[in-house]
Amino acid sequence: MTSPLLEIRNLHLSMTSFEGSAHVLAGIDLTVNRREIWGLVGETGCGKSLTGLSVSRLVPSPPAQYLDGAICLDGTDVLALSDREMQALRGKRIGMIFQDPTTNLNPAFRIGTQLIDVALAAAVRDPAVLDLGPKAGRGERHRAARALAIRMLEEVGIPNAAARVDDYPHQFSGGMRQRVLIAMALIGRPNLLIADEPTTALDVSVQAQILKLLKQMVVDHDMGVVLITHNLGVVAQTCSHVAVMYAGTIVESGPVRAVLDRPTHPYTKALLDAIPARNVQRGALRGLPGSVPNLITPPPGCRFAQRCPLAQPSCTQKPPHKVAVEAGHMVACPVATQALENANA
Amino acid sequence: MLEIQGVTRVFPARRGMFGQGAEVRALTDVTLSIREGESFGLVGESGSGKTTLTRQILRLDTPTSGIIRFEGKDMATLSPAALRALRAQIQIVFQDPYASLNPRMSVHDIVTEPMLIHRDLLGLNRRQRTDRATELLDLVGLGPQHLYRYPHEFSGGQRQRICIARALAPGPRLILLDEPTSALDVSVQAQVLNLLIDLQKRLNLTYFFISHDLGVIRYICDRVALIYRGEIVEKGDTRSVFDAPQSDYARELLAAMPEVRVPD
Repeated sequence: MTSPLLEIRNLHLSMTSFEGSAHVLAGIDLTVNRREIWGLVGETGCGKSLTGLSVSRLVPSPPAQYLDGAICLDGTDVLALSDREMQALRGKRIGMIFQDPTTNLNPAFRIGTQLIDVALAAAVRDPAVLDLGPKAGRGERHRAARALAIRMLEEVGIPNAAARVDDYPHQFSGGMRQRVLIAMALIGRPNLLIADEPTTALDVSVQAQILKLLKQMVVDHDMGVVLITHNLGVVAQTCSHVAVMYAGTIVESGPVRAVLDRPTHPYTKALLDAIPARNVQRGALRGLPGSVPNLITPPPGCRFAQRCPLAQPSCTQKPPHKVAVEAGHMVACPVATQALENANA
Repeated sequence: MLEIQGVTRVFPARRGMFGQGAEVRALTDVTLSIREGESFGLVGESGSGKTTLTRQILRLDTPTSGIIRFEGKDMATLSPAALRALRAQIQIVFQDPYASLNPRMSVHDIVTEPMLIHRDLLGLNRRQRTDRATELLDLVGLGPQHLYRYPHEFSGGQRQRICIARALAPGPRLILLDEPTSALDVSVQAQVLNLLIDLQKRLNLTYFFISHDLGVIRYICDRVALIYRGEIVEKGDTRSVFDAPQSDYARELLAAMPEVRVPD
């Protein structure tokens, strides 16, 4: 059996601040296979971006410190790699897209120049990216990279790509820039794409186009994707799987249909109840009382216990174990899973 | 209550360093009427003219043509004093609660400032202003212990509550809400939306609610208008617009809305 594309095992990360060290990721487990789009959802500060950044080791340390766990990309632990080896993975094996398409392109360089740079850098590691032999000359490589840049722009749906490759970022709209960034992330043929809130800054109609494009790219390039978002609507429309995060832990994960249609963890339920969906009567929306615990002094046991409607005294004793309630659907709440078992019995 | 009639705003062409620019038609012949006590939603993408329209209503900007009437009075013809009195009636809550509170003012100063500005109208002395600030905080779900704290000590949801308390301070009848929840997490958004609904019932407020989040609009608004490139393309009861959109743009927008339901 081949190893999964990405396997995060029991990842613990702490951050040092003036007030003390905060345990911001507490035992993250996540496995992503090719052709899967994993949605990582949760509220501000729950650690979803940190999980994504950890995969490409972009969390500066210090202040960050990995206490335990492993992040395996095709079986290699990226946390054990040297900086130099890590550099080779970024862009080539791991592509990244960030939230704000306006700040992630250099305004002083043409779109083409920026894409060609990435393509040439990726080709240093793997000449197959440009489809050239190892002996190809500088000019030849540059021409091939430019052709590839145009092909990628076409692939992400930029009309008249051959002419627009010489445009500057300010000549593109927000949606177009995000497409350029997707092209840039994919130009090195990565196996894994980390997309951190790729559509949050965009209008809904543009968002729909970008998400459709992303889904298509996963099939065309045989990739795995980690899509970080706070929008459960985006998850429902785009992802194959979802992991719900709360205060540095994954509370529920599994196939998107299982989790969203049969939410089991009280936090997932609360999150779904807070969304103004169709047919919710005015005033019937339920917010979540209380606030996220301080992670410098996290509560013992379940981190959601203080705000949980199901909380038992035992919940604050030790961190909850994950239990499978159906195939692949993991829930970290003994009270909820027990209740489900009793109901089924 | 508020009538917007044929409002057009054209920003004239500017002669810049690189020659003549093109003029921008930000609003074209916008006609809307907002009834007392309702929640009216305005939906549009970025750059569609939502904010330009609110600026016209607040009279922070003057329309190129068209009339805006508040309770039958044409706002363009009012004297400066009458306009100031009118502004106590129309208040606004902005999108970003992190940017719209002065970090060097305490909550007390923030909430009492509008009362100070409209003191000739409200006639409250210092003591009464503080009392009213406490009342307002209570109304938005904060306590008297928060009165002398500063904005940085509050979470996003609490800050938006402070912004709402400030908007309520001069006793307004119409509140413009410019994306009041888009900077907040969903669980906090739900609390703020419920607070707004509750306040509307208690104080008989009229809301002019701007958002690009169709879910929020559908939840809170009685009637809705869709704006596209400065023109109103569709308006009507929220239910009928969402269930049976007439214009192509409305259909497109609604189709793009990510529902939390896994498609088959």
